[in-house]
Parts: sequence; C-alpha cells; structure tokens
Amino acid sequence: MAVYKTHAAAADEFLKDEERTHWHDDTLWHVRTKRDTAAQKLPEWEVLRENASQIKEYVLSHLDELLVQFEKNATANGIEVLWAKNAQEHNEHVYRIFQENKVKNLVKSKSILTEECGLNHFLEEKGYDVVDTDLGERIIQFNDQVPSHIVMPAIHLKKKEIGDIFHKHLGTDAGADDPQYLTEAARIHLREKFIQANAAITGVNFGIAETGGFVVCTNEGNADMGTHLADVHIACMGIEKLIPRAADLGVYLRLLARSATGQSITNYTSHFHRPSAGKKMYLILVDNGRTEQLGREDFRNSLKCIRCGACMNTCPIYRRSSGFSYGSTVPGPIGSILSPGIDLKKHSTLPFASTLCGSCSDVCPVKINIHEQLYKWRQVITKEGDAQPAKKWSMKLAGKVLGSPAWYNFMGKSARTALKITPASLIYTKLNAWGKKRDLPEVPKESFKEWYKKNRK
Amino acid sequence: MSSKEQILAAVKKNKPDATGLPEHLSYPKEEINQLIEHFQQASLLNGGKTIVIKRLEEISSYLQVHFDKKLQIVSLIPELKGSLDITTILDPHDLEAVELAVLKGTWAVAENAAIWMPEENLAHRALPFIAQHLAVVIESRHLVRDMHAVYEKIKVDDPGYGVFIAGPSKTADIEQSLVIGAHGPRSMTVFLLSE
Repeated sequence: MAVYKTHAAAADEFLKDEERTHWHDDTLWHVRTKRDTAAQKLPEWEVLRENASQIKEYVLSHLDELLVQFEKNATANGIEVLWAKNAQEHNEHVYRIFQENKVKNLVKSKSILTEECGLNHFLEEKGYDVVDTDLGERIIQFNDQVPSHIVMPAIHLKKKEIGDIFHKHLGTDAGADDPQYLTEAARIHLREKFIQANAAITGVNFGIAETGGFVVCTNEGNADMGTHLADVHIACMGIEKLIPRAADLGVYLRLLARSATGQSITNYTSHFHRPSAGKKMYLILVDNGRTEQLGREDFRNSLKCIRCGACMNTCPIYRRSSGFSYGSTVPGPIGSILSPGIDLKKHSTLPFASTLCGSCSDVCPVKINIHEQLYKWRQVITKEGDAQPAKKWSMKLAGKVLGSPAWYNFMGKSARTALKITPASLIYTKLNAWGKKRDLPEVPKESFKEWYKKNRK
Repeated sequence: MSSKEQILAAVKKNKPDATGLPEHLSYPKEEINQLIEHFQQASLLNGGKTIVIKRLEEISSYLQVHFDKKLQIVSLIPELKGSLDITTILDPHDLEAVELAVLKGTWAVAENAAIWMPEENLAHRALPFIAQHLAVVIESRHLVRDMHAVYEKIKVDDPGYGVFIAGPSKTADIEQSLVIGAHGPRSMTVFLLSE
C-alpha cells in the first residue's frame, strides 16, 4: 500500500524557513486585499456572485444537454471536438493530433487541466520539448517544479532565486534579479519559441454552449501569441467549464480577474469560434473524475469553480504552508474538496488542512460552500477509516468528554493540574501537532464555572 | 460505448435536479463624461494610457513625437498612413518586426477599459500581440458602462475570433512586481475620439 505524506508533514518543509513563510503569507494577503478593494468598488458584487452561482447550478443540472449543444455548434464552426474519459485518453488525443499534423515544436499557455493530466511529462516521454509560455510557468518548468498556485504559479520563489534560474537557463547576468530585466530575457527567449512553434496548446476559461466557441484569459497575451502563429491550436477543457449563453460571460468576466488579483479584467480576453483559413482548431472535452464528483450531492458544487484562486490567497493555512504542501494539482481550500474526490487515500489529510474559518466561502465568486464541504469530507474520511490515528483517537476521546458534563468537569480539572506538572518535552511531542510553533496559554487556576460559582453573589 | 456516450450517460445519471437560469443583469446607463472618466482610470490601472482627441489628425502628430517613422508602423485606420502596407503581409510570422500597430476598436467598456476587437479589425489575428506597441482608436459614442452592456452590443460568434484588449502585455510573475511588456506590446495607447 502506498504511503502518502500528510499535509502537515509536507508543510513542515516549507515552515523550516521562517522568514520565507512570513513573506509568502504577506504576499498572498496583499493579493487578497487587492481583491477586496476591487470587489468593494462594485455595489452589485453580491448580485454578481449569486447570479454566477445560479448559472453554474443550471450548467450542472443540464450538463449533458449543454455538452451536446456545445459540440454541435463547435463542430459547425469548424472546431474538431474530442472527448476524453480520463487523463490518459486526453494525452493520447494530443499525441495523435501532433502526429497527424507532423508537429515538431509546441508552445503551451496556462492550463491547470493539462497539469492535472500530466501532459508535459507524457509528451516529454514521447520526445517533445514542451515550452510553457506563461512567465510563471516557464520559471517553474526551468526549476523542475509544478505550480504552487493556480494563478501565480511561481509565487513560492523569490526574485533572487528566479535570477539564478534564468542565469542557468537563459544566460542572464549572475546575481541579476531585477524583474524588468528578467522579464525582458524571458520575452526574447519566448518570442523565438512562438515564431518556431507549429502547435499551440491552451486551456479554456469558458466554453459557450450557445455559440460553440470558447474564451481564454491572459495578461501576457501568451495564449494568443502561440495560437495565432501556429498552424494547430489544441484547447483543453474540463466539461464543467461550460456556460449556456454568451451573455453569461458578462457575469464571469466581471468576477474572475477581480477575485484573482484585484484587476478589473485580464488585459486579453480572447473569443475563439473558428480557425483561421488553412489552420486547425481542436477542442478536447475532459471528464477525468468530474462526472463522479457530479454524483456526490455534498460535493458537486465544487464543480462550479472558475479557478480564480481567491480561496488560496485568503486561506490562513495555504498562506503559511504554500501550495506544495497539498500534493495535488489544485492546492488550497478548493483543491482540498476537489482532490479527495479523485483519490481519497492520497488526499485524505487535505480536508483537515483548514481552520474551517469560512473565509474561502466568503470570497468565492461562485459561492461554493467550501468550508462546509471540507467539514463533510472529514466525516467521510473518518468513517472510511483514513483519518490519522492520533487525530482519530483524540476526536473519539473529545466526543466522549464533551458529551458528558461529569467527564468534562473531571477532565478539565485534571488537565489544569496535569499541564502544570507535565514537563514541556512531553506536551510538545509528535502526537500533539498543535504544540508545534505554538506555546500553550498559561493554565488558569480554576475553570470559569468554578470562578462563577464563587463570584456570582 | 464511446467516451462521449460514457461521459454523457454518467452526467445524465449523476446530475442534480434541474434548476432555471437567472435573467441577464443590466444596469442603468452612465453619463458620457462619467464613462470617459471611468475608462481612463481603468486603462491606467491596466497599464495603458488614454488620450482624448477631437479629430483623427491629432493621432498622427502624437505618433510623430512618440514613434520612429523609420520603423514598421501598420495602420488600419484609413485616415492614418503607416510605413508598412499590411496587404503585402501574407504570413503573420512576417509581422515580427512591427513596431506599432494602429487599429480600430468596435466597443469599449468603461468599468475595465476593455475594447472589443473583432478579427476584421486586425488584418491578422497575431497583429495586436506581436507588435511592439499598440494603439487603438475608439469613438466615445461606443463606450458602454460594463461587460453586461457590451455583450448586448456584440455577437461573439460573428467573427471567427474576437478579443477584448484592456491594456499592454503584462506580468507580475516575479515576486508580484508589475512588468509591462511580457511577450506582446510594451505599451497600449487608446485614442478616445470625443465629439
């Protein structure tokens, strides 16, 4: 049986560097405040969220009809639509398209779905050099890493480290870490790749059932640089990315960038409906566990996600543990409700990586009840027997104690005495995760109940 | 069963009870001065620049000051002469040396400075991305308040490709520092033609 690293164990590695932890925390909180400023500028913000949630509710409850409608219209537009049950089938579609079109050089813009499918790895094994063109993704690709955040893939790295990476891969000056200088180096490098590419892979932010087209959002313009220069465009789309009507874009585009980074819109919002003359456009519709998640009543709302990343930026756990600690393609709160649906054993500690403070649900632009779903996954996981042993037993004990006033009074008294006389080395043990990086509060002499009895007169 | 049939069957089996679609949202129109002000603010935040003009001729004098005439300038505005005739370009790869593209926008959105550019305004889809600098001309009577309003005006599938451009190519992927000029245009200037 495979042994998986718990979220807490993975976070430990990140927490070793205390200064970096604080920096990471501050950086993401700054993005969260930018989101707040942008949201507060719109008096209709809550109306938009409600509307966006209702539209996605409709999408989930009519998904089969919408998929059929989308395929019909897209095909009529000259887009070749392919279906993939799982990651393997998706990757094989891409490979077959490459072979049919004799593709040698490819560029790829940001697509979390292709990360989920492990496409880069698959293509590299077939001998292709995959060039990620989003600056953040190119950085982590050079560094042999995966994205630690879905919107800001290299948010875990400092400019000094990026300078070193670029020095090694792009020949920039040793020690140079000016973002302007580094971005210019990447620009020169990537523009050359764009010119050489004969295929471009993109993700899809929204597929429009009514018109059979799709929308891709970027700030860099890298999706467009790739697709308009290459002869072949492959767009990879999760089946839940559909919206019924073109006008629904108005709602989602107002929410997406504001929630993600506090921008009013991304600088490029591209609508693809037909390939240019003589060129080819493919769209792969991917299931990979989504239909199964649709069948889970308590968790299906997670499929409403538009991948803005706001729940990560606001999460006190994500900010202090970084994306890698989650060990899943989509990290953070939303990842912690999506990933257990894909592999419950592997991701069994993720729903516990939360304080259940509810901030994720509050900022979610499509009103997913993220923290409630985290709580529900905990119940599923504990029932299935996959909870960590220390957690399971302490919860059982807590249940007994909290369920009986006599036990509660006795345990409270004993704990106050015990904590006073127990050596610190025993309290801050491996069994007590809460003792790490924290000091217990000073133990009061008496309980509130005892104090109240004495003083109520 | 094909993958398509399997996916559709699984959706059919697992989907929740049908719910209805909400009505489209729409908000009251704003005064033209307010629209212009909001557009300018948003454009600035996106890293762009807006210049309000009364006559198209003002564009050429502005460009003369800011751009080197010896470099490749493509203009798709009939009243404005460029230095590269776009009809001579058949392959978009040959646009690599374009210094400035001056294009026409169809509709502009005040809340975020996004300008709708259907492909008939671009000559080549790659042009507004591959050019080192971008200038877009838009008439103030084509300004609308928000994204709901603009989607009422346009038909997204009329062009095979259409894009909202709201500013220059930018990135903040290195320690969240904003850098203008990631892969595409290093600047975007909007000429807002106002009566």
